[in-house]
Amino acid sequence: MPDNSAIAHDAPESVNAAENAHLEHPDYLRHHFESVEQQADTTNFAMWLFLLTEVMFFSGLFAAYLIYRNWYYPAFVAGSHQLNVVWGTLNTVVLIASSFTMAMGVWCAETRRRRGLMLCLSLTFVLGLVFLGIKTIEYHEKWEKHHIPGLHYSLRSFTDPQSDPEIFKEYHDKALMPDMARHTEIYFSLYFAMTGMHALHMIIGIGILAFMIYRAKAGAYTSGHVTFVENFGLYWHFVDIIWIYLFALLYLISRHQ
Amino acid sequence: MKETNEHEHHIVGPGVYVTILLALLLGTGLTVWASFLELGAWNPVIALAIATTKAILVVLFFMHVKYSTKLTKLTVFAGIFTFLVLISMTLSDYISRAWGSW
Repeated sequence: MPDNSAIAHDAPESVNAAENAHLEHPDYLRHHFESVEQQADTTNFAMWLFLLTEVMFFSGLFAAYLIYRNWYYPAFVAGSHQLNVVWGTLNTVVLIASSFTMAMGVWCAETRRRRGLMLCLSLTFVLGLVFLGIKTIEYHEKWEKHHIPGLHYSLRSFTDPQSDPEIFKEYHDKALMPDMARHTEIYFSLYFAMTGMHALHMIIGIGILAFMIYRAKAGAYTSGHVTFVENFGLYWHFVDIIWIYLFALLYLISRHQ
Repeated sequence: MKETNEHEHHIVGPGVYVTILLALLLGTGLTVWASFLELGAWNPVIALAIATTKAILVVLFFMHVKYSTKLTKLTVFAGIFTFLVLISMTLSDYISRAWGSW
């Protein structure tokens, strides 16, 4: 039998060594990383890789939009005119402001301002909810006008807008040819797919924000370990960028006609 | 600035964030205003150019890519590149399908 006593003897010493090593580095440094910097760089890289998959996910929708817009151009122009540019602009401003408060939150975490961080995260949370509120108003309008493909859609609302006098009194839509009216359904399918996916990202983000506000209260991110706040910031800004393009593509590019 | 500073954590201050916020709001105002002008084929070009400028500002400053490691910069570039491959290949297929049939 091999003699194990040497190893057994060593054991307490190596446990001590591990304990000493623990005291030498901050408790948020995982053992498979050499240093805090390496850990931060690695998680940052991983977050960007995730955002890359998100970019490809959304670019599928953008590519579909581009092709169909070229295909059914007049119908897409007509569909675009159904959107309210005032709500769209307001929502863009709200989302840009929320990106700003999020960026300020990262700064507060880096400079260890707990109250500042909580304020910034809470503002981001509220602005996120305002965005979704405005989106709900817009979706509700689409519901009233029967413009939700597959769920609540009526071709007649396009070919004969006066068929619903109350709606017509409010919006004064022009009647479309049946063929063109049919293709607006594609515009609205893409509109709901794109803004819906974007809104889902917002809802997930708001959920994580609530979790972060709760943790920030206990001082979780203001003791030198800012990775979580930083990487969430990347996610939030990414969602902002998607909206910047959605706003331009869905609301603006056909507005002049 | 020394090369070795690359791994140091760079803190972006409120001054930069406020500047970028104002630039983004200005861009939003500009793009809404431009969308009501009759510019023909230039309308989508201008709207997308302004949107891209805004996106670049967000990526560089809010997302700290300007101050990030080369690895992060390369990753972001790879994302944009892959996106452009998707769009250009799809569109070139779309445009060339009926080549010669008109």
